[in-house]
Amino acid sequence: MNPMRASLIRLRVLLGKEFLQLLRDPRMRFFMIIPPLFQLMAFGYAASFDVHHAEIAVVDQAQTATTRELLAAVAATGSFTLHYLPDVATASVSIDRGQVRALLRFAPDFETKHTAQIIADGSDSNSAQMITGQLSQALQHSAQTSAGLDPPIQVEERAWFNDNLDDRPYFVPGIIATIVLITTVILTAMTIVREREFGTLERLLVTPVARLEFLVAKMAAVASVGLFDVLLISVIAVMWFDVPFRGNIVGLLAGSGLFLMSTLGIGLLISSYSDTQQQAQLLAFFVIQPMVVLSGFAFPIQNMPEGVQWLTWLNPLRYYLLIIRDVFLKGSPVGTHGFEYGMMAALGIATLLLSLRRVK
Amino acid sequence: MKTDTAPLIRAEDLSRRFGEFTAVDRIQVAVHPGEVFGLLGANGAGKTTAIRMLCGMLPPTDGRIEVAGVDMVRHARRARGQIGYVAQRFSLYGDLTVLENLKLQAGLYGLTGVRRRDRVDATLHLLNLTDRQAVMAGTLPLGYQQRLGLAAALLHEPQVLFLDEPTSGVDPMARQRFWELIYTLADSGIGILVTTHYMDEALFCDRLALMQAGRIVAEGEPETLLRRPLPTPILELDSPDAVIFERLAQDWPEVREVIPHAGQLRIRLHAGTDPAALRARIDQAATARRLTVTALHPATPELEDAFVAVLEENDG
Repeated sequence: MNPMRASLIRLRVLLGKEFLQLLRDPRMRFFMIIPPLFQLMAFGYAASFDVHHAEIAVVDQAQTATTRELLAAVAATGSFTLHYLPDVATASVSIDRGQVRALLRFAPDFETKHTAQIIADGSDSNSAQMITGQLSQALQHSAQTSAGLDPPIQVEERAWFNDNLDDRPYFVPGIIATIVLITTVILTAMTIVREREFGTLERLLVTPVARLEFLVAKMAAVASVGLFDVLLISVIAVMWFDVPFRGNIVGLLAGSGLFLMSTLGIGLLISSYSDTQQQAQLLAFFVIQPMVVLSGFAFPIQNMPEGVQWLTWLNPLRYYLLIIRDVFLKGSPVGTHGFEYGMMAALGIATLLLSLRRVK
Repeated sequence: MKTDTAPLIRAEDLSRRFGEFTAVDRIQVAVHPGEVFGLLGANGAGKTTAIRMLCGMLPPTDGRIEVAGVDMVRHARRARGQIGYVAQRFSLYGDLTVLENLKLQAGLYGLTGVRRRDRVDATLHLLNLTDRQAVMAGTLPLGYQQRLGLAAALLHEPQVLFLDEPTSGVDPMARQRFWELIYTLADSGIGILVTTHYMDEALFCDRLALMQAGRIVAEGEPETLLRRPLPTPILELDSPDAVIFERLAQDWPEVREVIPHAGQLRIRLHAGTDPAALRARIDQAATARRLTVTALHPATPELEDAFVAVLEENDG
């Protein structure tokens, strides 16, 4: 028989087997659908850097018309819920208990010194920063208005692509990237290690199957699970969370395809260092965690130390996130991100080659 | 059978080293069409490494392997198309049905369409698996899994069959049927190489090779091996007082070892010992302690005795 044709027959039956196993195993079906939905709900509804209705303790020891006016103005912003407490000691207990996130105090000598004090709960540094910023801005603003003064300059703020600077359009598309990373790395590593553990791989290799045919079928099956998750999360992001989709679906799929080369390669590499499925899972966790932290998924890369920023250049997730956020929020032409596509292709090919060399 | 000069499996000076350790040391193997060749040896003797090389799973360090006329070292994938392999433990997919497993295997050998359906039906029938074809392979009893393993190895009508301890853990009835099938296959002209550690199974083989520390230390037809004179005489003692004799015999200087065996004692003497000396001791003990001796005679040599003798000879 023509060797090319025989090879195609083998690929076809291997691929059929991979899909049968993936779709038949209830754990696999769960793994493909539940974690993406769970992450979507968590990030879509819960995760936010925004300050809404922050609980603030107020200790007004001055009790003058001015302080009452300022407090009314702060309350009117809607961002804060004020709790009036008699003294600093009571307020500090509230901070300790986590009932309030900051304390706003007017000293008895406020009318002469014109000083308001804000004490924030620094154990949550990010919210503390946001709250002190917003609170002092509100105070300054209302002080100026009540004094009948115009601010020294007018700053007109506008955010493109996300007018209200909501966190949701920022986080939700990013979930696509993390889910594809987690699902495909773990699936590749686990299913290969399982075949080795059960002796089915060795049994397969006494047939005319080439190692590469086995790996291609395995990776193609995992890649289609990855693309399925991309589409699933995209549809939910747009239909349920009203995240805009301004770009090109081809750009999204091309980016996903290039990114998958890296994740499949990483999965394969992990499988070559693991004897059991548990080992593979643990290794995958140790690889995935830093990749997510150093990708800009939650923490901006610009804020990282310079050395670490250099490291992120080797992280394919970094480029994939950028492309995904662009596709959803900006919709710039695909060509704009030639560099990102190129880097993902380069990292993907390098990872695949490295891992194929390892499993030979 | 064509001629004796055209073996289906031929290995010459086959060696495999792992670092300093030599797992297989310059073995020669030749298996002819229609022949059942048994490879025996303890765990670690090198059987598994040898069969892995012969199947093309492990490249040899040295030596040549030819299977069905194809060079297994240089053209492993082509040669693998000519062989069937049954692994020691079940290694098909437990989460696929019997039928799905067989269709997958058939496809791996390039079978498609009508031909694939015919071969799958034929092997299902041959191994009596037709009414189990929709069962998940992982839930089958061990004996059935073993048969499925053999079915999967026969789909592409291989010329050569490798069986790695195929009956370990299978009940005696199933083992019996399995061997009957092996004979049928051999009669159709397939060359079969089987590893085992069951001595009774070894007797079913047309030819045997015993491995020790990576080398083949004895080879031949089971009858020839059995006829080899034993350097250490063995006496068989049949007595209702076997338990007492067993304890006594441990202390006699002529005795090398005492093996309880189906209600009897097999008493093996040191090389060069005169069995008459032992007879005298037994008579003496029987009189002194009023023990009954039902029968005492030289043991019929068993394959195990022949092999133990060979192994001890080599240990020097």
